[in-house]
Amino acid sequence: MIAVDDLHIMFNWGTPLENHALKGVSLTIPKGQFVTVIGSNGAGKSTLLNAIAGETPCHKGSISLDGNDISSLPVHKRAPQIARVFQDPLMGTCEDLTIEENLALAQARTKRRSLTRAAKSEYQERFMDKLKTLQLGLELRLNDKVGLLSGGQRQAVSLLMASLNPMKLLLLDEHTAALDPKTAQFILDLTEQIVDEQQLTALMVTHSMKQALSIGDRTIMLHQGNIALDVDGEHRKSMTTNDLLEQFQKNHEQIDDDALLLG
Amino acid sequence: MLNSFAFFGAIETGFIYGLVALGVFISFRILDFPDLTVDGSFPLGAAVSATMIVAGINPLIATFCACIAGAAAGLVTAWLNVRLKILHLLASILTMIALYSINLRVMDGPNKALLGVETLLSPLDNLSIPYYIAYPIAFGIVILLVVAALVWFLKTEVGLAMRATGSNERMAKANGINTGRMVLMGMALSNALVALAGALFAQSQGSADVTMGVGVIVIGLASVIGGEALLPKRTLLMWISACILGSLLYRLVVAVALNGEVLGLKAQDLNLITAILVTVAIVAPNWRSYFKGSRA
Repeated sequence: MIAVDDLHIMFNWGTPLENHALKGVSLTIPKGQFVTVIGSNGAGKSTLLNAIAGETPCHKGSISLDGNDISSLPVHKRAPQIARVFQDPLMGTCEDLTIEENLALAQARTKRRSLTRAAKSEYQERFMDKLKTLQLGLELRLNDKVGLLSGGQRQAVSLLMASLNPMKLLLLDEHTAALDPKTAQFILDLTEQIVDEQQLTALMVTHSMKQALSIGDRTIMLHQGNIALDVDGEHRKSMTTNDLLEQFQKNHEQIDDDALLLG
Repeated sequence: MLNSFAFFGAIETGFIYGLVALGVFISFRILDFPDLTVDGSFPLGAAVSATMIVAGINPLIATFCACIAGAAAGLVTAWLNVRLKILHLLASILTMIALYSINLRVMDGPNKALLGVETLLSPLDNLSIPYYIAYPIAFGIVILLVVAALVWFLKTEVGLAMRATGSNERMAKANGINTGRMVLMGMALSNALVALAGALFAQSQGSADVTMGVGVIVIGLASVIGGEALLPKRTLLMWISACILGSLLYRLVVAVALNGEVLGLKAQDLNLITAILVTVAIVAPNWRSYFKGSRA
């Protein structure tokens, strides 16, 4: 279970450029829940994910994972419990390393790294089995540099890497946004399949309202650094994107962002 | 063009500077950390080993201490960057400048002669083959061992974490890698190798001098970039071997340039030749792809 309590994030604090990105966000996600996050540009979606991952320091408030306060831990100390897929397909993998080396790197996420061979032969079969599920033929290219793969292939590998080991939370930051529609759908299906199979607790940022409602168990909408809407269960199932907008507008002023309506 | 004495001399120096190339490879290529500390850690290794040997300490221990001193210098640069957030290039320049004073202190003067004392190389003087052939063979063996160890290390879990740190720091952190520690460790390793080169160079030349570090970084870079232009970097072993090849070739080119009467070049032109060689090595691969591109 992840609990975010009254989280405030400030950028350029005390300067004329001060930006209060999150203004007291509180959110509790029980184990096994798949939450989608939606909101206009600058609403604080990525900031929330970055704060949970440890990249952005908390100004006020706390983040706890299974009851342990992780607010002050650096990224690499949270990583054993929090896995992540980035928006940029080039960010989740190391282009200078081979597919096998990238997987080996992710394999060691949850443990202390030693002076033993990274690409152990006992991992190889498991890596190949995992790659086979992608049906991209990557299991035959273990020794190819990841830089040779396409963006979609790299994002698929990133997703595999993130899910290679157990975790308490999976963070997905618009991880299909930079892909073409067909590849995006493939990555999305893969995501649902992995989250479902491993019964993961996940937080996925998306730009598409349709996606936000059709995937996962719960949807939250961020607006100007606050949670504007939080729906789940039957109520959410019957919702359309128009309902979502209406609901939102009831509580808040007009949204003047077309990007939300599209998609 | 070259007599055998000059040829073996070039090979010997090429192997010693091959260690510098490996150090530069770790900082520039693995960690993506442009590190000028080497201009200070090379003479530091020479100064520490020469001073200790003159003081009567076992040359092996003296050389080991030189490596430790080099590692410490690398740690200081990395610490300035990682903990104090000073720009990497500036951090390394600060350490380099500081080391100039430290080297003068270590040697208690601008240089230290190693005449008439036992060095690591002394046992090689009494072999049946002449010393100018024995030295390069010995250094070649050292290089072979260091290359093997480096390739092995970079394929371990820790080595892989170090490569990821230089290649994609954000991803490395997200995979639980303490990237700050990796930079500290890599910079220590890099400068330990450079200091080892300095220590061996001093013992082969018979003296340590505070000015011997000038331009070492450029020579190291010339070796790495030149080697990469010659050999494809398909595997780690090939990439690292390219650095050694680059170092040997650099020395041979310099020896030919300085020995050939035709060009009329003298020793004082060395830095100019080096700068031109590095420029050509950096630009040449771009030309190659440019011409390939225009043909397609």
